[in-house]
Formats: sequence, structure tokens, C-alpha cells
Amino acid sequence: MKKLINSPESVLDDALAGIAAAHPELTVDRAARVILRAGGPRPGKVAVISGGGSGHEPLHAGFVGPGMLDAACPGEVFTSPVPDQLLAAIRATDGGAGVVFVVKNYTGDVLNFQLAAELAAEDGIEVRTVLVNDDVAVKDSTWTAGRRGTGATVVVEKAAGAVAEGGGTAAEVAAAGQLANAASRSFAVALSPATVPAAGRPGFDLPQDEVELGVGIHGEPGRRRAPMRAARELAAEVVDAILAEHTLTAGDETIVLVNGLGATPLLELYIVFGEVSALLAERGIRIARSLVGNYVTSLDMAGFSLTLTKADARLLELWDAPASTPALRRP
Amino acid sequence: MDTALALGWLHATAAAVEQHEPELTALDSAIGDGDHGSNLRRGFTAVLAAVDALPPDTPVGAVLGKAGTTLISTVGGACGPLYGSALRTTGAALPTPKADITDLAAALRAGLSTIQRLGGAVPGDKTMVDAFEPAVAALERAAFDGFSLREAAALAAEAAERGARDTVPLEARKGRASYLGPRSIGHQDPGATSTALLFRALARTAGA
Repeated sequence: MKKLINSPESVLDDALAGIAAAHPELTVDRAARVILRAGGPRPGKVAVISGGGSGHEPLHAGFVGPGMLDAACPGEVFTSPVPDQLLAAIRATDGGAGVVFVVKNYTGDVLNFQLAAELAAEDGIEVRTVLVNDDVAVKDSTWTAGRRGTGATVVVEKAAGAVAEGGGTAAEVAAAGQLANAASRSFAVALSPATVPAAGRPGFDLPQDEVELGVGIHGEPGRRRAPMRAARELAAEVVDAILAEHTLTAGDETIVLVNGLGATPLLELYIVFGEVSALLAERGIRIARSLVGNYVTSLDMAGFSLTLTKADARLLELWDAPASTPALRRP
Repeated sequence: MDTALALGWLHATAAAVEQHEPELTALDSAIGDGDHGSNLRRGFTAVLAAVDALPPDTPVGAVLGKAGTTLISTVGGACGPLYGSALRTTGAALPTPKADITDLAAALRAGLSTIQRLGGAVPGDKTMVDAFEPAVAALERAAFDGFSLREAAALAAEAAERGARDTVPLEARKGRASYLGPRSIGHQDPGATSTALLFRALARTAGA
């Protein structure tokens, strides 16, 4: 394992030190492990708080700032944050208008956010939760943990953040997040696995000539293995997988996110975007907005995820609303 | 169970987690994300620091409660809230200053209920419940039959270990392993494995 770390144990603390040094516009509470929009609680503004395991940067810390998140709580690598972090974030951002959690649907994340919400309720703070579950590689069933939260998290945090910035109520902020989630579906392909620093070796073995279809963002294996093919063919497989579980049809508009998983050059992501664009055009689906780059990564995994959000006027307005965060800016 | 035994159990569990961390990591890498061992080790290191700092006259339930709170605060993931909340519930259900086997079995049954309420798992889902449930059932039977704590804890540890082994042919229906569907078959569940460590540590502490 070759990684730019000081020790596997200090990865999160050392990264927080770097985030604090690089972004004076943010407040980083290194002891509580919370990244905050500077300036403290905003009276009357709903606080939007997210968090999750580290290793997905810029998610979530990179989306803290005006127009998106009030706070982000990073857990250990690929491990959800603990309730204490989330409570610290609530106390540092609650302006009396309520709190909305954006939670990716993983058992650990759901449990820790749920415990924090119960503890906050004891303090008289009402917390609403938007669950992100866009990954169609996982069957959504009452018998399983349900679809995972992946790329759509960016769209959800943007939509919820925009409504909160505009003075929306907690119910309206949560509703915007839920609208964005319901309109979004994603699917990912890995060309190589990720290596968790504490584990020291790749999460799974993937032969040189194979890809993992439907891979998760924690290095968990995907739906199935398949031979490596041209970008055009992989893009077609991914678009088909998403559209099979999506209400998008000819005549619709969409926000398209082609997201790098951490170790894939932007050059290749643009090649994928070009193929996705052609495939959607063939189906009569118009790309209204696009985002290409590394937004929801999986450490050093190579590959990409595609998120398609069915966009109505409301979602486009929220997507275009001003934002000023380290990883996403809108004038 | 008294305060000294509870402290001994937590120390023995921490030692077992440390010793078996590579095994837990390997099992979790196969069907999860490989952090179960390191997360639990971090958690139990913090637990020992917290409970060793408690006053010596701390009641047995409060010791386990403190351990649970510490796990919730330090572990993250699913197993932090699940083990942490289970220990808190178990601790809250234990009478002071000493609990007999019947009390302990009932308190651990309450802890198991917390795990199932939070995680929504039932036996057969390939989770820690598959080791926890048979262990508690064994303790209950042993209590009914009038066995000593040493004998009862040994039976519970065997039942937990058998339950963990029996997760191998199961298809996961909860947690991250469930994303694998049929590909989760053939692997032992890491959560059930750490639960077996917990009950084996109890047996060792009780002198079995």
C-alpha cells in the first residue's frame, strides 16, 4: 500500500487539519470532528447537516457553505459518524428553525443519525431526515437494507440547501431533498478496487480484464463481474440499468452527473459523458444540466458512477440557486 | 455477575477483539467493507479507558451502561450503535449490586431486543442476531436448569460460536453484506463472529 498518509490511525485527524488550513471560510472543530459554515447559528434559518464515512471527498465537507450544508460530520474511513459528532453539529448550527439531516441509506449511517435525532429531541430540537437511496444496483425490498445512497447526495444537498438558504421551513427543506432523491437514480462501475488505509489491501480482487458492475462506494463488491469493454459499451450498460428503474422517458429533461470514483482521470470521465449524452439523445431525453468530476468518491477506486435526475422547473431552479462551497459554486 | 466480573468481561472482550482483529477484518472484507475489526478495537480501547476510570463502587449495570455509551460515541458504523445500545439496555436491566444468571439472561434478552428493534434483523438474516439469540437462549435454559454462571456462560459461548458458524450458508438480508445477495453465501458473518467473541470472553471471565 502506497498512500499519502502519516499513519492509518491519524488519517481523519490529519485530513481535518488540512481542510482547516485550506479553507479559512469554514470553521473546523477538530476535537468534535465537525466542519461548519463560518459565523455560527443563523437565527431563523433551517440547519442542513450531513455526514458519512470519510473517503468520499469532496462529499460531505466540500459541500459546506452558503447554499448547501451548514455542517458536515466525517466518520472514520468508510464508517459513519457517531451521534456525538452529529449532536455537536446540531448545537453549533441550530438557529431555532429546525434541523434537516441528509443521510445516505446505509445501516450504520441510519442508526447513528437516528440515535442523534432521538437525543436532540430530548433537548427539544426537532430533526427531520432525508434518506438518500438512489443506487439501482441494489434491490429495494423490505427484506434488505434497501437501495444505497450515492451520487444523488450531491443533488439532494444542493436542493435542500437552496431551500434552506431561501428561508424555507424545515418541512419545505426536507421536502425539497426528498423530491431530489425521488427524481434521481444512480449506478456505478469499478475498474479497480479501493484500499482502506487501516486494512492495507484492496477491498476485493478484480482481475485486469474485468470490471465490477453495480459497485458500492465503500469498496463493497457489486452486482456482478463482467469483461472490460470500451467506454461506449460500459456507458450503455449503465444507462440501461438506470433507465430500467427510472421514470425518465422521451421528452423529459435531466440533470446528469458523471462522477469519478477517485482514481479515474477527468479525460476518461468526459469520454463517458460524451457516450451518455449520445445514449440519452437517442432516447429523446434532453440534458438540462451537467456535472462532470469527482464528487462522491471511493478513496482510490477507479471507475465512475452515473446519476440521472429527472428535472422539472422546480429542481432546476434549486440546482441553479447560488452556492459557495469548496467543491461546488454557483454564482 | 458483580462489578468485578463485568470489568473482567469487558477486558477479556477487548483482548479477544484485539487478538482476532485480522480474522474480523478478513471476514468483513469478504462481504462488507473490512472495518469491523478496527472499529471494534478502537471502541473497546475507549471502553477500557472509560470503565477503568469509574469509582470502584460503581454498580454492575452502570459499568455496562458506560461501556455501551462509549461504544456509541467512538465506533460508528452499524456495530457501534447496535452493541452500544445493547450494552446500555443490558446494564439498565441489571439489578444491583449483583445479578444472578436469571437476571443476566433477562438483561441480555433485553439487549438483544434493542439490537433487533434498531437493526430490524431476525434470526437467519446473517447478522449478529444469529449468534446473540442462541447464546441468550442457552443462558436462559442454563438458568432454568440451575447451572452455575461458569457452566451457563460456557454453554452460551458454544451456542454463539455455533450460531456464527451457521451463518456461512445463509444469504445476508440486512447490513452491507445484503448488497451482495447470493454472493454473500459461503462467508461467515463478521458481526455474528464478534458476538461469539463477546460470549466466549464472558465464559473465560466466569472461569470456564
